[in-house]
Amino acid sequence: MFSLLIALFLAETAEGLAAWQKIHSVLTSPRCINCHTATNYPQQGDDRHRHFANVIRGPQDKGVVALNCATCHQSQNANSTGVPGGQNWHLAPLSMKWQDLNDQPLTSAEICRSVKSRLDGAHLLKHHAEEPLVLWAWNPGRRPDGTVRTLPPLTRAQFVEATRQWIKAGTPCP
Amino acid sequence: MDQGRDTMSMKAYHLVVNGERKSVTVDPSTPLLWVLREDLKLTGTKFGCGIGACGACTVHLGGVATRSCLVPVSLIGDRKIVTIEGMSRDPIGRIVQNAWVDKDVVQCGYCQSGQIMSVVALLKANRKPTDTNIEESLGGNLCRCGTYVRIRDAVKSAAEKLA
Repeated sequence: MFSLLIALFLAETAEGLAAWQKIHSVLTSPRCINCHTATNYPQQGDDRHRHFANVIRGPQDKGVVALNCATCHQSQNANSTGVPGGQNWHLAPLSMKWQDLNDQPLTSAEICRSVKSRLDGAHLLKHHAEEPLVLWAWNPGRRPDGTVRTLPPLTRAQFVEATRQWIKAGTPCP
Repeated sequence: MDQGRDTMSMKAYHLVVNGERKSVTVDPSTPLLWVLREDLKLTGTKFGCGIGACGACTVHLGGVATRSCLVPVSLIGDRKIVTIEGMSRDPIGRIVQNAWVDKDVVQCGYCQSGQIMSVVALLKANRKPTDTNIEESLGGNLCRCGTYVRIRDAVKSAAEKLA
């Protein structure tokens, strides 16, 4: 009986870790991680270069007066000018950083612990399923040259389902 | 009919610019900058780069310093627009413009509309900006003549008058 429970536990953990790997693939995609920096600036582009025009984080993660996010980013994508937009456009706070100070992604285990430390299961699922800036990743608009921005590697539905599976498995981390 | 415009895609927009109601009929994708300059003939707002990198086109949109070259007119909604032409009627704008004259800031002048719009936004939020505040807030306003030192002096001069 005990060994059966152990086997079930291990199987569930394995499923949870597999679900986490799916989540991790989205979180580290440019559409997400570009605004989860550890530095005082956001990144942009699939090559995750430093945001141009001397944009900095600012005291509330929304830039500084006269050069805040809303100086360029509106409440929705501006496809004719190539500027992405969404409600309350801002950087993730430093407590949600997924990179180091050299602009390199943290390890999967570190990101996993960071995600878990901020939100419990119910709130995390709601965040992944409903937060406008999370959803923006699947509607990122067009670049200034008219091409569509790269999407995360999972669909939105797959991402939410992976989150559900990970939470069900007890949010195991690598 | 305006030559060169596809009237099929035109829409009417009602804007409040410098306290006055204005109506324009333009393509929804038209950047606010070109509505101001071409349709409303408010040419104080300048075209610099067209990609939000230089700040020459800065206006206040709903009280926020905004790069007008990047905002399609369709996304303006009911937010009020203030341009450099409206600054002389703004108490802080007037003080900043006077400081610009007193400190003889301008060289060629092309970027200065945007500089002043950003400075007024800064001083409305922060009456005692430090050098760091000034450098950070004006970090997106470029001046190819290199008037940055005089700009900083003028900002401080205006801030003293506002104290």
